[in-house]
Amino acid sequence: MTLPVRYTRTAVALHWLAAILIFAAFPLGLIMSDLPLSPLKLKLISYHKWLGVSVFLLAAARLAWRATHTPPPLPDVMPAWQRRAASGLHFLLYLLLFAIPLSGWLMSSAKGFQTVYFGVLPLPDLIGKDKALGDALQEVHEMLNYGLLALVSAHVAAALKHQFIDRDGILARMLPFLDRRSS
Amino acid sequence: MMMRLLIALSLLLFASAQAAEFSAVQADKSAISFITKQMNVPVEGVFRKFTAQIRIDPAKAEAGQARIEIDLAGIDAGSAEANEEVKGKNWFNVREFPQAGFISGSVKALGGGRFEASGRMTIKGRTRDVRAPFTLKQEKGVLILDGRFPLKRLDYGIGSGVWSDTAVVADEVQVRFHFVLK
Repeated sequence: MTLPVRYTRTAVALHWLAAILIFAAFPLGLIMSDLPLSPLKLKLISYHKWLGVSVFLLAAARLAWRATHTPPPLPDVMPAWQRRAASGLHFLLYLLLFAIPLSGWLMSSAKGFQTVYFGVLPLPDLIGKDKALGDALQEVHEMLNYGLLALVSAHVAAALKHQFIDRDGILARMLPFLDRRSS
Repeated sequence: MMMRLLIALSLLLFASAQAAEFSAVQADKSAISFITKQMNVPVEGVFRKFTAQIRIDPAKAEAGQARIEIDLAGIDAGSAEANEEVKGKNWFNVREFPQAGFISGSVKALGGGRFEASGRMTIKGRTRDVRAPFTLKQEKGVLILDGRFPLKRLDYGIGSGVWSDTAVVADEVQVRFHFVLK
């Protein structure tokens, strides 16, 4: 069996779709929490929650895809510590892709606001209304997001280092157009 | 002799029928709540302060009467910031209209233990006719009156200005009531 040189088209599409949604949901979360109560705020909160549910579903799809499709191997020249760091970082990123939407969902339930996906599909409230718990979960949700910000920064920095310093073509595995240009 | 007995018997029946009237509302066990839809998300709120005068005999519910006054300062709209907002001018304008009220007109039986009270609801100085279906249930010496009815918030000017967009907050609000009477 020959090992793949890059991620499958599906894996690439899922990765970038998730990235776009996260890059939209993150600032939306910050903006909406600072707004005074208004129709706009209610709209933004709903959009944020729909994005979060979508990120969760995408994470599940990506995990399922990854379990059934071998990712391309890392270059042989890459030191062992970097491999461990890469897989550790990816593991943590996946963890947060699930944990963050989940904490948001629980927080919504605890605050007494159900999540209705796209205004159509109501998700069950896993916990009842509890103001103190809702406030605590909000803290958790925020902290996890700042954790994600740190991890994504490292993820992007590593990708750029591979592209511009190591020049090992790793980024092209997830950005196929780079590959075409170099070959 | 026979006649007297009949009269005595009917008086007794009348007296027992009288005794079957419930009128002492158990405030701590009763509740008036409402459900709004915000971006299609159902959000429950509660009117924590109200006085309810209800007289009803389950055997002749049609003669029942109710007068309910809600102290709007006691509203819990689901969150601290919503509680602030809904007392303001766009919503209930509590400073100018501290109370909302319902006065029943007639009650009709719908069959199967269900009834419908018609009456007049006044909120924010606007009065509209409403009809509220309810059920009656007797247990352990108390009468439980349960019902719900939809109300269009814009009929009363509740949520005006930017809030009149019904795509964000639906026009229809479900009002629920639960009264326990002795």
